[in-house]
Amino acid sequence: MQPYVVHIIETGVANIRSLQATFSRLGCNWKMTSDPATVADAEFLVLPGVGTFSAAMESLVAKSLSDPIVERIANDKPTLAICLGLQLLCESSEESDGVQGLGILPNRIKRFSQQVQVPQLGWNRVVPRSPSMEAGDAYFANSFRLADEPLGWNYSKTDYDGEFYSAFWKSNVLACQFHPELSGDWGQRLIANWLEKKLC
Amino acid sequence: MLKKRIIPCLDIRDGRVVKGVQFQSLRDAGDPVELARHYQEQGADELVILDVSATNEGRLAMLETIEQVRQVLQIPLTVGGGVREQADAGRLLNAGADKVSINSAAVQTPDLVSQMSARFGAQCTVVAVDAKSNPDGGTWRVVTRSGTRDETLRVCDWVAQVEERGAGEILLTSFDRDGTRSGYDLKLMKAVTTATRLPVIASGGADSVQHMLEAFSHGAHAVLAASIFHDGNFTVTQVKQELANQGVEVRSC
Repeated sequence: MQPYVVHIIETGVANIRSLQATFSRLGCNWKMTSDPATVADAEFLVLPGVGTFSAAMESLVAKSLSDPIVERIANDKPTLAICLGLQLLCESSEESDGVQGLGILPNRIKRFSQQVQVPQLGWNRVVPRSPSMEAGDAYFANSFRLADEPLGWNYSKTDYDGEFYSAFWKSNVLACQFHPELSGDWGQRLIANWLEKKLC
Repeated sequence: MLKKRIIPCLDIRDGRVVKGVQFQSLRDAGDPVELARHYQEQGADELVILDVSATNEGRLAMLETIEQVRQVLQIPLTVGGGVREQADAGRLLNAGADKVSINSAAVQTPDLVSQMSARFGAQCTVVAVDAKSNPDGGTWRVVTRSGTRDETLRVCDWVAQVEERGAGEILLTSFDRDGTRSGYDLKLMKAVTTATRLPVIASGGADSVQHMLEAFSHGAHAVLAASIFHDGNFTVTQVKQELANQGVEVRSC
């Protein structure tokens, strides 16, 4: 693989070492950033997400990063949103009432019901509804999920508390509720495919 | 539906893998990075690393070990041992752990569970519970400091409390069974999975796939094992294949 340069948005939360290690293994140079111009222009950008919907949005807004993210996704620039990162692309979340998300999708993120153990913690099956993604088992750690179809996007589904949308993608933009960086060879292949722009 | 997880465990002292029998008489069993890579290639679903160092030098060596293991590992890594305060957990996460397991310090300061969960999230916060059976045979007490200290806490009360405080997972070790290879304590497993809705990792006593099957049928979400894998009796691949044959849903890889 080419030595791509990947910028990872600095969220201030510590455990993104696994993500950095994945990019290193794939031969990429990764850099942390919280600079709006870099976020707008980076060839590859990752929006990792750990923490709460409101804290993450506050941080993005305070650093003036929300507009550059929305803009680059509108322009199909290679962008990977992981876990809470996927949720931030939506309009709002039950986790943080009254907080505006990035609004790239009009959907509202919902909490898993009391019928299941929350958080969902462990390996679950990802079933894509498009041949550009390979089916596989992925590692999840989430209490909230996208329950309504991401209209206009390719997507995968996963069964937990009924089916939910475990990933969606289009052009060079990929959002995963699971952690591809912790999902074994399958996850690493998915990230490699995103870098090689093979998802579409 | 979540898959049942198979988790090899490495006990590490001063940067080297050792193995504990009843938490004592340790013996050297290899280089942590090589062993981590080896188990990952066999299809391990996660790796747990426990720091059994007694010195500060050993603890610093541990951070380096985690950094090195992280470079090769593309599955979740839980690290425990010697976590006294939130800052310790932060250092382990910063070195490359995905989850941090706390044990004695949580018993001493239960608020540490709440603090860690609030700061790093429930998905990062694993509470390790070492259980010893009471003479009545139907209840268990918490033991700490590698089993040398009896706490007044009852195991089932304790797991309910840490769930309330925001823990994301329980690593349950039967002190009576650890290193005996006589199977997991199934009554304990049943009691704990009834007392909490959190995922419970069974630890202590595994010697066969049958033992793992029993743990799963008594409510375990994952099984942790060391000797059975370190000694080469079974590979993780063989264990998962056999479990799949018996109808247990495991991760394909």
